[in-house]
Amino acid sequence: MPNVHFGNGQPTTREQEIVEQFLLEPERATHALSERVLVGGPRRATGIRHLLLPGLWALQDSVGWVSPGGLKALCDSLGVPLAEAYGVATFYELLQSEPPPEVLIRQCDDITCMLFSSGNLGVEGSRVGSSCLGQCDSSAAAVVQRPGHGTAIVTESVGASTPVVAAPAGARLLRRIFNGGATTIADYRSVGGYTALEVAIEIGSSGVLGAIQQSGLRGRGGAAFPTGAKWLAVADSLSSTKYVIANADESEPGTFKDRVLMEQDPFALIEALTIAGLTVGADCGWIYIRGEYTLSYARIKSAISEAHSTGFLGADVAGSGRPFDIEVRRGGGAYVCGEETALLQSIEGYRGEPRSKPPYPTSDGLFGQPTLINNVETLVNVLEILHQGPAEWRSVGSAESPGTRLFCLSGHVARPGVYEHPMGTTLGRVLSDAGGVAAGSELQMILLGGAAGGFVSPEQLHVELSFEGARSAGLSLGSGAIVVFDASVDLPKVVARVAKFFANESCGKCVPCRIGTQRQMEIVAGRSGGLRVLDDLDQVMTDSSICGLGQAASSLVRSARNLGVI
Amino acid sequence: MIDGIEVDAKAGATIRSAAETVGIEIPTLCWARNLNPANACRLCVVEVEGTRPLVASCSRTVEDQMVITTNSARVRENRRSVLELLASAVELDWAESELVAHFVEYEARSDHFDGTKLEEASKIHDDLFAREYSRCVLCYRCVDACGDQAQHTFAIAIAGRGFESRVSTEFDVRLPDSACVYCGNCIAVCPTGALTPLTEFVMRTESTWVQERQVVTHTVCAFCGVGCNLELHVQDDNIVKVTSPSDHDISLGNLCIKGRFGWQHLD
Ligand SMILES: Cc1cc2nc3c(=O)[nH]c(=O)nc-3n(C[C@H](O)[C@H](O)[C@H](O)COP(=O)(O)O)c2cc1C
Ligand code: SF4
Ligand code: SF4
Ligand code: SF4
Ligand code: FES
Repeated sequence: MPNVHFGNGQPTTREQEIVEQFLLEPERATHALSERVLVGGPRRATGIRHLLLPGLWALQDSVGWVSPGGLKALCDSLGVPLAEAYGVATFYELLQSEPPPEVLIRQCDDITCMLFSSGNLGVEGSRVGSSCLGQCDSSAAAVVQRPGHGTAIVTESVGASTPVVAAPAGARLLRRIFNGGATTIADYRSVGGYTALEVAIEIGSSGVLGAIQQSGLRGRGGAAFPTGAKWLAVADSLSSTKYVIANADESEPGTFKDRVLMEQDPFALIEALTIAGLTVGADCGWIYIRGEYTLSYARIKSAISEAHSTGFLGADVAGSGRPFDIEVRRGGGAYVCGEETALLQSIEGYRGEPRSKPPYPTSDGLFGQPTLINNVETLVNVLEILHQGPAEWRSVGSAESPGTRLFCLSGHVARPGVYEHPMGTTLGRVLSDAGGVAAGSELQMILLGGAAGGFVSPEQLHVELSFEGARSAGLSLGSGAIVVFDASVDLPKVVARVAKFFANESCGKCVPCRIGTQRQMEIVAGRSGGLRVLDDLDQVMTDSSICGLGQAASSLVRSARNLGVI
Repeated sequence: MIDGIEVDAKAGATIRSAAETVGIEIPTLCWARNLNPANACRLCVVEVEGTRPLVASCSRTVEDQMVITTNSARVRENRRSVLELLASAVELDWAESELVAHFVEYEARSDHFDGTKLEEASKIHDDLFAREYSRCVLCYRCVDACGDQAQHTFAIAIAGRGFESRVSTEFDVRLPDSACVYCGNCIAVCPTGALTPLTEFVMRTESTWVQERQVVTHTVCAFCGVGCNLELHVQDDNIVKVTSPSDHDISLGNLCIKGRFGWQHLD
């Protein structure tokens, strides 16, 4: 036990109660005592420190901020040094460490929302700007935080139609959502839910691993890593404790597909994560949901509890004789926590600063144990692979990029929403299937892949949206975000907003990104220096940053310069 | 293979330490001999064949058949930019001599990038030491020294995010109101002069701190039985600072309040 100092701020009775209640919630009580969650790696046998972020959330949502007294009460209970806990609290956008206003409105002013001059969304209060909130299909959007009333999302579709979910060439991942979604286990079972788990139990771990490898599935979280190889690495490790994690932090500007999956088809993610756990030999799974996705969080929590009461989670999963449980974590508002090692740090109760890789999470992951981390969309694909068999599954898409892909269309498009297309569909086709550019305007530019992506000009609409098709055009599919800009858009402003995004979201750990993103933002906004030093910034951020955030922070600026946008 | 030299490194050795065994020096800033590397400054980057980005040699361990280049044009450009970025944000005129030498070696200009600087008022809350975070490069050394790598006091941590990140106590309370026990181990590891004993701070601000006029004498601390080695820095017959050798097996550069500051009351 370190020499912990608990400071002078005294908790109010209310704050003391909140912390006590929080620790008594049934799931906390079991988890706090459960070996399963507590067993740590050699360095991170940190007791119940992983409850720090949920504890900070309990304070935030009840009293509207993390006060000195509230923090003290929490640190007292968890045995975490005050200065460190303060460092964690101040890392996250959605946690306030100063007395809050009555109503705090974090209104999105990111690349899609900035296109629509929006009103006040029907709420009055203190307004601050915000990075993308993942509501771009019904932008404008804001997060509203009120002491005692928690955190809520409000949206208002300005101009555009209500959000669409569509699969013009046939639905796979969106199948159930097409039929109205499945938010209760009865609904889910009635459309074939949990039959993939039956297959998985029947063919066993090696059968599932074989099927995924044959399918050629590659990660949808951005890096396109072969999923089969990752599962195999974790399955093969001899450690007796392993974890599986669904990365649902979805914070890439212009991206909202994982939210739609979780809101309307929550059991699919839970079933897929259960299959992952049984296959690689993990008893405990985690779903890390970005803090702004309050509806996803509620739906996933309720689905987990239904899965428990029907025997699809718990000590004996669906009669397999194997235990599996899922813990849900709410992010605190930090894009970088989508980076897999930052996500691990965040779950463990530390600042979401990426770790050095190697070692990779597959060998040294959560609490130092072998850990499988996959994107939500990647995981949901596993159900389809088991349903159809790998050969049938890979019959759509291309050889290098089999399967379908979810694309998030927003901005000046006629029908914004989530669209499922076979990999390799052209950008032009994807755009026209969404009704093309919004009525009365003309296409100026498309942003593919979010803030970490690049611009595509109207002359390049023939580019094929597969990993290799994008790569050969010097682009990246990234998260599947497609933001459409019509002729009225001031593109340099978009570039400036993206530069600001990276500066705001840099974790601050390494010099190239911490200072580089700040300089890039200042230069692009015309506040200092000249464009001449952008090449030097591009090089040092891309080459020398620790993680993908800094390494991709100059990609749009580079693309804009190549196309003469700035 | 490092810069064409076949190196037979121990398993678990870092690229930096393997290079050191064959006389290749790699510049570092956040790395310190007595702490685990924070891997934050990225001054120590090198090229590793088969890896697209550069690799931090202070923390990356060697692997069989690795082919490493420590001083290519690309590596040098990146190091220069790291230094230039630091200089654009941080006050570095009190920094340790190694850092100053790196600026010369890599021809780094302090005015290459311009923009917002870290603006932080000096924090002097007692008569022992001063903190000036406008000089802080966020190397994490003080945090690690105060935390689980030496002192186990956890009085300070990194707070905030991105360019706004700062070393801070909880809610930025004054040091005397925090958990600090005034061991001064954070001062000992700070490479930039952001943390200084008050004597040094005052002398530096009054321009009476003259490193060239200082001699260092070694002694053993007499306050208790542990036997920490002390280095007394003497300028013009006055003790101006006390440190402890960082390569010493017992104290690893760490001391307690008595060893580090007790001389002020001895005269
Ligand atoms: C700055 C940054 C943010 C990221 N955000 C996400 C995210 O929100 N969701 C996600 O699935 N992957 C994200 N990733 C990628 C993850 O690090 C990781 O590669 C991915 O979760 C692996 O899953 P996959 O193999 O299924 O793609 C991010 C990476 C970086 C560098
Ligand atoms: S690249 Fe940026 S986000 Fe990633 S570790 Fe460095 S400072 Fe943090
Ligand atoms: S003097 Fe010691 S206890 Fe105080 S902040 Fe520095 S290292 Fe921590
Ligand atoms: S105060 Fe000094 S030791 Fe601490 S992080 Fe800053 S530069 Fe490093
Ligand atoms: S010395 Fe290696 S990153 Fe700082």
